[in-house]
Amino acid sequence: MAEPRTAVALISGGLDSLLAARVILDQGIRVEGVNFFTGFCVEGHTHAIRSRDRDRPKRNNALWVAEQLGIRLHLIDVSTDYKDVVLNPRHGYGHNLNPCLDCKGFMVGRAYAWMQEHGFDFVITGEVIGQRPMSQRRDTMPVIARESGAGDRLLRPLSAKLLPPTLPEREGWVERERLLDFSGRTRKPQMALAEHYGFRDYAQPAGGCCFLTDPRYAAKLADLWRARAARDYELDDIMLLKVGRHLRPRPHFKLIVAREEGENRFLEGYRKQFTNLTTVSHPGPLVLVDGEVSDGDLDLAARLTARFSQGRGSPRVRVAVARGGGEPRILEVAPLPAEEIPAEWYL
Amino acid sequence: MNRSVLDVRRLLCPLPVIRTQDRVRDLAPGERLEIRCTDPGVRHDIPAWCRMYGHRVIGIRETAGEIAITIEVVSDEGHR
Repeated sequence: MAEPRTAVALISGGLDSLLAARVILDQGIRVEGVNFFTGFCVEGHTHAIRSRDRDRPKRNNALWVAEQLGIRLHLIDVSTDYKDVVLNPRHGYGHNLNPCLDCKGFMVGRAYAWMQEHGFDFVITGEVIGQRPMSQRRDTMPVIARESGAGDRLLRPLSAKLLPPTLPEREGWVERERLLDFSGRTRKPQMALAEHYGFRDYAQPAGGCCFLTDPRYAAKLADLWRARAARDYELDDIMLLKVGRHLRPRPHFKLIVAREEGENRFLEGYRKQFTNLTTVSHPGPLVLVDGEVSDGDLDLAARLTARFSQGRGSPRVRVAVARGGGEPRILEVAPLPAEEIPAEWYL
Repeated sequence: MNRSVLDVRRLLCPLPVIRTQDRVRDLAPGERLEIRCTDPGVRHDIPAWCRMYGHRVIGIRETAGEIAITIEVVSDEGHR
């Protein structure tokens, strides 16, 4: 008996990639999944950090999907190579800093490389024609196939009947008739198919699965590039953009202010890397300073730190200030009144 | 029995699983790995990943904001 054909599935953790893989498993194809970590994945990060979200169930949805399908999942850190996608998108950005078309091409390209390296036959994705304004359009889907290098070894099972036959269909590895013709932004066909397969409790991320589509996150990233006069970032930078209240009182420094206990704990891990402030006379947040600061800047930072503490109504608040891993010194300051914090300081 | 430690404290999902996966690739069947974490998502994710590859979760210990998961490598099949 011939060995079954093999496919590598891009598994995001959402419903579409779950269904696409299921449809192909139904045809006797052996499927393994890949999931790429870019650093911008919404995937549970803020839930993991914030105390108020700690009651919510926490799981990696891609792992959950793979378990539902009974397939292996390979989690791959592409965050370093992904920088070039974010910084130099050939096809530009969407509404925010989301390079969706380049991103999809990159991910399919990486899946295709994995396919070749591991001797698999083709790549599948959960893409649906017309589902997304940039990367999932009839005219951009061939661009992804071409630029990723996958060509006609890229099969989109959910929209396959609306697209030219691919190699797996032409060769009879999969039956085209048993593939689907989903299109548009409606989710009803996907939900009906999920019901058919008995999938419940699948992830339904509001606003997508990538922080780069979030206008507030994108504004903070753009601010970071402006302040450093360089379009670049490290993994820690993009993690910290997900946490706390960010204020830029001066062009050369900003403050990251923990909003609650969970964020305080998370920022604790960065104390040695940043100048940091915390109130000692009253309960208050941990505040990190991103940038080089003078003593005058630190006085302003201390007054802002006091403003966000429970001492905000007191005439004087004592604030411990430490540069990196150094010994803290104590500043006694008046909390900055709310009316003296311009709205444009908030990022 | 060989036992090693992987420190992934402060790393957020899915990095603890990715680092575990990468370390296990270098371990032989029977070896144990203690993974020290702070992201609460690991309580679900590392056992789920172990089930997928047939590895055994020996124990989960929680202390003051930290979670230590000990696993035993059962097979090296599938880690390519």
